[in-house]
Amino acid sequence: MNPPLLSVEDLSVEFRTREGVVQALDRVGFTVAKGETVGIVGESGSGKSVTALAIMGILHPAARVTAGRAVFGGLDLLAASERQRQEYRGRELSMIFQNPRTALNPIRTVGRQISDVLLRHANAPRAKVKTRAVELLARVQIPDAERRFDAYPFELSGGMCQRVMIALAIACAPALIIADEPTTGLDVTTQAGILDLLDELRTTTRTATILITHDLGLAAERCDRIVVMHAGHVVESASARALFSAPRHPYTARLIASTPRPGVKLAELTPITGAVPDLRGDLTPCRYRTRCERAADICDEPPLPRAEVATDHMVACRSPL
Amino acid sequence: MTGFVRHARYVFGENPVTGGALALFLVLVVLAAIGPWIAPHDPLASDTAKTLQPPSRAHWFGTDQVGRDILSRVLVATRLDLVISITAVALSFAVGATAGAAAGFFGGWTDRIVTRVTDTIMAFPLFVLAMGIVAALGNTLGNIVLATAIINVPFYARMARAEANVRREAGYVDAARLGGNGRARVLAVHVFPNCLPPMMVQASLNLGWAILNAAGLSFIGLGVRPPTPEWGIMVAEGAAFIVSGEWWIALFPGLALMLAVFCFNLLGDGLRDLIDPRRRT
Repeated sequence: MNPPLLSVEDLSVEFRTREGVVQALDRVGFTVAKGETVGIVGESGSGKSVTALAIMGILHPAARVTAGRAVFGGLDLLAASERQRQEYRGRELSMIFQNPRTALNPIRTVGRQISDVLLRHANAPRAKVKTRAVELLARVQIPDAERRFDAYPFELSGGMCQRVMIALAIACAPALIIADEPTTGLDVTTQAGILDLLDELRTTTRTATILITHDLGLAAERCDRIVVMHAGHVVESASARALFSAPRHPYTARLIASTPRPGVKLAELTPITGAVPDLRGDLTPCRYRTRCERAADICDEPPLPRAEVATDHMVACRSPL
Repeated sequence: MTGFVRHARYVFGENPVTGGALALFLVLVVLAAIGPWIAPHDPLASDTAKTLQPPSRAHWFGTDQVGRDILSRVLVATRLDLVISITAVALSFAVGATAGAAAGFFGGWTDRIVTRVTDTIMAFPLFVLAMGIVAALGNTLGNIVLATAIINVPFYARMARAEANVRREAGYVDAARLGGNGRARVLAVHVFPNCLPPMMVQASLNLGWAILNAAGLSFIGLGVRPPTPEWGIMVAEGAAFIVSGEWWIALFPGLALMLAVFCFNLLGDGLRDLIDPRRRT
């Protein structure tokens, strides 16, 4: 098997706050192969975005990576110098943010923002930058790209801004794009359009994608493999098909059962009880313990197992389904 | 660039007050440039035969206690007053905005040092501090500018710090870093320009204040020395004659001072609109 494009191993991140140390990520691991789409799903506060920010190396100053590696193309991004990382960011790795309106600089035209990235990574001569930027805008299906080059972000709709973000992300043909909830806050038709665009880019350029979402349906539809996170742990990771047909972790099963889908009445959906536990102080080995209906005394025994229950199917549970 | 020109025309055209302020500013600049040539009399030439004359056809603004033509003195003083205020404001803007933005963006030690220095400056009554600086360093034009600049630095530093601080965690800062930009470049290219609109307003308000400050220093004898024509000294000298009915000596330079301050204050809003693309419609 080919070595994966990105391999995250044992990634642990802490936040130092006034109220104590928050263990935001605990030994998170997953891999992304070339051209693959990996979904990271989980409820709010499960550590999805922190994982992305840690890989990109732009964590909040209060956050600290305490252990782990994120190997990308032979380089451990977490151990690399800031200068090395700057070279990778934007060129090899890029990211699409949740809120395109705030992620674009309000007083620079979108054309200039795209040109900035192109110039920074010097894969376009200055004279050609404008043509390339307009091409990119057209590529993300922005109508009248030539004219939009001079538009400011506030003059564009939310969907348009997200397209501009995507244009920025693909400007240097990166090997991996991390899309952090790329369609949150957009209406359904725009959502589909954005995701189709990402799919299309993936098939034409073989760019790998990490799609971070809390929408399980969306992940099922768009991803090859899915990583389920809960309270800073990867609780299950498997191919999308295996995960949905036979979830092994109780949390995954409940998550699927609580997702609205055709043919199921709203009353039949079962919510997951409780909330993501407080990640400060001492934690049980399994952080789903207090919410789990299968919990037993054995669950309190450290360490949390991470078992391969089938090929490419990992579950972190003492008593999987 | 043509877009900028079009936008400028729009901003000044849409708001007649801004347009008027710009026109007044241009008049001031022209007067500053050609004042000495269009002055009808020598601003320093005294004429003991014509002291304390009220405004007349020969002397539109009247004459002062030694018979100097007040109109000429007011015109010639324009250059000095504009030079003092504009250089002082430019200096404090450059220093204050840079230090403040760095403090707000980087935090930590940079922030601590900048905040302490500005706090120290602000601990003194500012005008007294300016007096002290001029008195200690010597009564020269350069020192008047320096003193005015120093007492203004904290305002820019604090404002830039606050503006940069709220933008430090903006999405586009992360996005810019993801585009492979270093932190210094992110600050200079992405954060700082976003802080500018409110700072421009501050700068224009400050221009008026800087003129008043320079005039105030002259008024108490620590600024420009007589007989150099300067609005502040002229008001100071004329003040003594108001009680005896010779109002024109203080009124006309005072009026010039007021117009300049007025013009700068009005211009502030226009300048902000000019550099903030969101004002475009």
